[in-house]
Amino acid sequence: MAVAVAEDIVVRPLNMAALVREASITALVVFALAISLVGFQVLDVPGGLAIRTRFVDVGMVMVLAFFGRVALILLREHRPRPVLIVTPVLAAIMLVLLLSETFFGVETGSVLKQFLPFQDPVVLWGVLLVTIVLAVRSAYAHTHMNSSMTLEEREVRMDQIGAGVQRAARLLGPVLLLFAITLPFMPFADRRLLDIGILVLTYVMLGWGLNIVVGLAGLLDLGYVAFYAVGAYSFALLATQMDVSFWVALPFAGLMAGLAGVILGFPVLRLRGDYLAIVTLGFGEMVRVILLNWYSFTNGPDGISGIPRPSFFGFAEFRRNAGDTTAFHDMFGLEFASVHRIIFMFYLILGMALIVNVFTMRIRKLPIGRAWEALREDETACRSLGINPRNTKLTAFGIGAMFAGFAGSFFATRQGFISPESFTFIESAVILAIVVLGGFGSQVGVVIAAVLLIGLPEFFRDLQQYRMLAFGLAMVLIMLWRPAGLLAHREPTLRLFGRNKKPGTSS
Amino acid sequence: MSAAESYGAPAAEVPGGGRALLTVEHLTMRFGGLVAIDDVSFQAAEGRITAIIGPNGAGKTTVFNCLTGFYKPTVGRLTLHHPKGEFLLERLEGYRTAQKASVARTFQNIRLFPRMTVLENLIVAQHNKLMRASGFTAAGLFGLKVYRDAEAKAMDLAKYWLDHTKLTEQADVEAGNLPYGDQRRLEIARAMCTEPVLLCLDEPAAGLNPRESHDLNSLLRYIRNEHKIGILLIEHDMSVVMEISDHIIVLDYGRKISDGTPEAVRNDPAVIRAYLGQEEHEELPPEIIAGAGTADRSPDDA
Ligand SMILES: Nc1ncnc2c1ncn2[C@@H]1O[C@H](COP(=O)(O)OP(=O)(O)OP(=O)(O)O)[C@@H](O)[C@H]1O
Ligand SMILES: [Mg+2]
Repeated sequence: MAVAVAEDIVVRPLNMAALVREASITALVVFALAISLVGFQVLDVPGGLAIRTRFVDVGMVMVLAFFGRVALILLREHRPRPVLIVTPVLAAIMLVLLLSETFFGVETGSVLKQFLPFQDPVVLWGVLLVTIVLAVRSAYAHTHMNSSMTLEEREVRMDQIGAGVQRAARLLGPVLLLFAITLPFMPFADRRLLDIGILVLTYVMLGWGLNIVVGLAGLLDLGYVAFYAVGAYSFALLATQMDVSFWVALPFAGLMAGLAGVILGFPVLRLRGDYLAIVTLGFGEMVRVILLNWYSFTNGPDGISGIPRPSFFGFAEFRRNAGDTTAFHDMFGLEFASVHRIIFMFYLILGMALIVNVFTMRIRKLPIGRAWEALREDETACRSLGINPRNTKLTAFGIGAMFAGFAGSFFATRQGFISPESFTFIESAVILAIVVLGGFGSQVGVVIAAVLLIGLPEFFRDLQQYRMLAFGLAMVLIMLWRPAGLLAHREPTLRLFGRNKKPGTSS
Repeated sequence: MSAAESYGAPAAEVPGGGRALLTVEHLTMRFGGLVAIDDVSFQAAEGRITAIIGPNGAGKTTVFNCLTGFYKPTVGRLTLHHPKGEFLLERLEGYRTAQKASVARTFQNIRLFPRMTVLENLIVAQHNKLMRASGFTAAGLFGLKVYRDAEAKAMDLAKYWLDHTKLTEQADVEAGNLPYGDQRRLEIARAMCTEPVLLCLDEPAAGLNPRESHDLNSLLRYIRNEHKIGILLIEHDMSVVMEISDHIIVLDYGRKISDGTPEAVRNDPAVIRAYLGQEEHEELPPEIIAGAGTADRSPDDA
């Protein structure tokens, strides 16, 4: 592998005074932040609130920040050795202490745990993680003493990885699909796993839908959840007020959401980038506020409940006593089990998500899809070629919104209850985070990101409160490291020479 | 062939010959208090290369922007004598000029789709045609034969222009990764893929080395001779202009100061004055005029 060796690495003599000063400043900044955030804790005590001080923790945080900064400075100055020696030792000690109760029994364990800097296990694991990251980085810096990648080389490398993953996806895709299809019949597939699977797939579908708008057309939409909401409410209102069945209401809800996309698309036609993001964010909030306040129509904050569950394609119901309709288990001669509906829901969302995927893959290779990408690249050039920017943008908005509407209908029928609370800005942010993390335009990337961002937190419920923190951190890192997204790689929609044929060999 | 009788019908012969394709009458463009183009009238012929020259800031790019629908002229009538009929270009806004009147253009600072491949750039240029063939996406989604045939034809056209711009080898390369000279040629190929009747080139030779510049000359001649379309050419490099154009229009401070065959323009005292700002050098040899023209230029575009 050709990693260019950067010749201009100079190992300057360490200026201890500057080092201490820089680390101290860091510690001071951390103190300023921590004294109010960590130092005082408000407690609920009988008869009111009390304040507990945690100055020891503040001190610990400062010490950690000081040494962390020193380690970073050492890495920056190309002296990874001390870091490489200290951090693994620290990490090992922490790990042993953390797991001491399992190793040495509860009694010794609880004594040993006293030596740990904090009480909260999550914070401790966090500190351990940071230590390990530092250790890995110093090890990397040590082995690559004389080489360092420039931003461009890293970009090329990452693009190669993205390309590799996409190539692998041709094989991996069917495997993943097979896994998804057989999942409900796996011995380990309990109800909880299926529920998580359904949730992940919903976000995969939303991510793929948003990828059309953001990844292909390059329109940064921060209000995507609005269309999700429109779909969900259209569906819920149709189903509860007019007794329309799932299979009739679903396309209608998608159409409504698509229409909403086109309508909201009109005013923002001339906006790009940040401005577009801000306005769409505003639209998202507007939709939520309307849902919240239009009490007579949407039932306001109380939401809509009693949304009917989908039937088995209109043939059978998932109920023990289906009354005058057929029951699913009777139809197939099975014992009644409530999990049947869950499995059906799982396949439903899987199918819907796959439709979005196939649609996206196909439309990319059609004139409209290419025009979306061209518009993302250069709108002025598009106009000079006679491409109508308005229609092209509106179709992107409309189709993206339509898919959100389908997902919204599914959400409504799965939950049986919706309220504006489900459609806050955070949802938009999460969907966008999935797209960004996976990489603009990368279909597999979205799946991986959805599993990481939605699936994992569901499994580790204890960590839930730190989820947004991790999101934010991940986003900042991505923006610093690779703004196009981790696995972003653009595969041409058509080629003159075959994929593997090197151009130039033909003549 | 005689020009169609209409409001924009050519009154006089077009210098350099040929049937009039474009008639510009009293074109004026004001930006606030600034008069970028001041009452300019000229004609451009089919199957001819018409060069628009002038010092920096003379208003050349602004003329293009008015012709191609990027600006709406303050005053003036721009008539395109298209085989399908007359088009009043000042009434067609934005993308419609390219879509309806088949006027294509390139930009002073290249505007490609950098992350799409060379081939894709050429296919995107055929968007409207393919859009219709794909039944506005419906037929395309199901991969109907109509669409597949149309796409194959589009590929053929793209290949044709790849060949003639010597870009076939680079067909699958991202346009943004091409060397500068190739990017310039690709932009021309892309414009040609829209099958225009009038091609407007804004400084296509800027930044090219002498060999590339020579190749460009042959390409432009080829387009003129084989495709019989009208070419409007903005160019600072006088060697290119004098060599290949049939008709030259000179702008200075938004006014037309000369209009005629290369011979006539070269010897026009007004032109020499504009370029050198001096009256004594009336009989300067062409090399010096060329040298004066290529001096300082700053990229500036719509
Ligand atoms: N959109 C605009 N708004 C205001 N002024 C403009 C605009 N476009 C052009 N101008 C002004 O009009 C004048 C002519 O500009 P134009 O770009 O047409 O010159 P040009 O002949 O193409 O010059 P160059 O050789 O440098 O490309 C300049 O003074 C320019 O500043
Ligand atoms: Mg110009």
